[in-house]
Amino acid sequence: MRILFKTSYNDDIRLMKHGGYLFWYGLLLIAAFSAPLLLDDFYIGELAQVVIFAIAGLGLMVLVGFSGQVSLGHAAFLAIGAYTNALLIQAGTPFLIAFPVAGVVTALSGALISLPANRMTGLYLAIATLAFAIIVEQILVRWESVTGGFQGVAVDAPDLFGHQLWNPWELYLLCLVVLILVILGVLNILRSPTGRAMVAIRDSEVSAQSMGVNIAKYKTIAFSISAGITGLAGALMGHKFNYLSPDTFNIIISVQLLLMVVVGGLGSVHGAIYGAIFVGALPQILALARDVLPPAVAQTAGLEPGIFGLIMVLFILFEPLGLYGRWRKIKLYFDIFPLYRKATFKRQKAYLKTERMK
Amino acid sequence: MSLFRADNLAIHFGGIKAVDGVSFEVHKGEVFTLVGPNGAGKTTIFNLISRIYDPTHGTLHFDGHEITEVPPHVIAKLGIARTFQNIELFEHASVLQNLLIGRHAHRKSHFLGELFFTKATRAMERAHREKAEEIIELLDLAHYREQMIANLPYGVRKVVEVARALCTEPKLLLLDEPASGLNVEETEDMAFWIDDIKNDLGVTIIMVEHDMSLVSEVSDRVLALNDGRMLSMGTPSEVQSDPEVIRAYLGGDA
Repeated sequence: MRILFKTSYNDDIRLMKHGGYLFWYGLLLIAAFSAPLLLDDFYIGELAQVVIFAIAGLGLMVLVGFSGQVSLGHAAFLAIGAYTNALLIQAGTPFLIAFPVAGVVTALSGALISLPANRMTGLYLAIATLAFAIIVEQILVRWESVTGGFQGVAVDAPDLFGHQLWNPWELYLLCLVVLILVILGVLNILRSPTGRAMVAIRDSEVSAQSMGVNIAKYKTIAFSISAGITGLAGALMGHKFNYLSPDTFNIIISVQLLLMVVVGGLGSVHGAIYGAIFVGALPQILALARDVLPPAVAQTAGLEPGIFGLIMVLFILFEPLGLYGRWRKIKLYFDIFPLYRKATFKRQKAYLKTERMK
Repeated sequence: MSLFRADNLAIHFGGIKAVDGVSFEVHKGEVFTLVGPNGAGKTTIFNLISRIYDPTHGTLHFDGHEITEVPPHVIAKLGIARTFQNIELFEHASVLQNLLIGRHAHRKSHFLGELFFTKATRAMERAHREKAEEIIELLDLAHYREQMIANLPYGVRKVVEVARALCTEPKLLLLDEPASGLNVEETEDMAFWIDDIKNDLGVTIIMVEHDMSLVSEVSDRVLALNDGRMLSMGTPSEVQSDPEVIRAYLGGDA
């Protein structure tokens, strides 16, 4: 087990807490960037999908995991980002401008939604965001002069300095770079006052307020950051599919995103990535399982969403900290071997309860 | 010189007059204690001062400004910090992170600077940590610095809450039952720290407390309340021997 001695304030502030971080994340980076050399186009495409999911999941994680607000409407932000980016590019805007603009537009729409959403919490907020997603979907269908209605919009490959990224591996690398930048941005926010204020609101609104945190303002900021990041993911998604239509961004996508952050582990950046890998891999596993399962089960409509729901319920019941929580437990087990006890991660609930005597 | 003044303060919840016509002044550098039986309106007065409730009538003045209409999050910036009766710490964060949230009122970095974590933001973060370390030193929390609140014993959480309030560099500190749930030893420590906070940091304190030994040890003046109304004000011994106060606590016509 490694013990850290902090000798300066910078030791506490820096992202890479010790050399191990540098080594392992460096290795991961090398592996991620060299994937196109090792894998064929199909898997690179799948990997790009996972990376895009991870970006969107990170967006939702900022909202759900760090500021404690639930959203069942993040597909709408994906859609806003995707359509803004696609339409701007169609109008002749270069990708390098259209892409960030899509993020900013989505962030602003997030800020707009947070105005009414700030008055709600929990289940009510989930319902309100769900309603928002449905409204956006309807707008995409009805506003034909702009969105093309059910016809959809064709999306050109992103154009970087006159070079069009048609190859799957080029798009994958682009998504990867965006993911890394987004991760760094989120980590920076989390280690500064804005991130701490969001976490404070999540844990206790009344005391956050008396520490000088403007609740409404920081909820709005959290919503905007979350929407903005999700919008970027949406824009990349448009490039991935080369085509956008309203039913790309249905309620299932929103639920999948929420599943990602819950399964990955609420309140951790790792969680969003683990969740994305999980959700990305699940359909493949299901496809394989279909071959084995009896046809009566395998052909059932709604098998996939049903299994998604089941997994979510099981995680909430048995591993509320998600995959990241499980990973930390395994790590600690080996760190302090053989001292790990089953109750190591159990929280002490209260001190005044007489239940302790049982 | 008066740092804080409440004039004819009242709040009614429906037909219940939780606080009814309370006026008092707190001088700079003193420890002013509110006492009274349960339901006397002590915590309600705290919630009025920290602007969680809107008073039905009456005014609040702090440091030469009227603060009756100020939004709650501005209160900390003006220099009023508080603790809570039932500890309201950020459970899933370490002690240090809790103290850093206490620094929020002094946030000078802006969003874009934080996104790219510029030199200025980093310098600001260092300054926040330096201040937090001073408070950790003062309240002897070094041992718990990196621990999660959820893993700390009750007594330490109480101290962390005081520490977090001090991190806002307040002029006026509201302590809501700082000794409730503490054992004798911890209560004595708390009395020392309240003295230190008053003498070394020059912070004025308004406190709600039931433990009369702590009250008489640290308070300069005491205000006794009952049913939202003022009963008696004066030094701890004056208030304790006031027949009205004794009647409120013990009943009958003592």
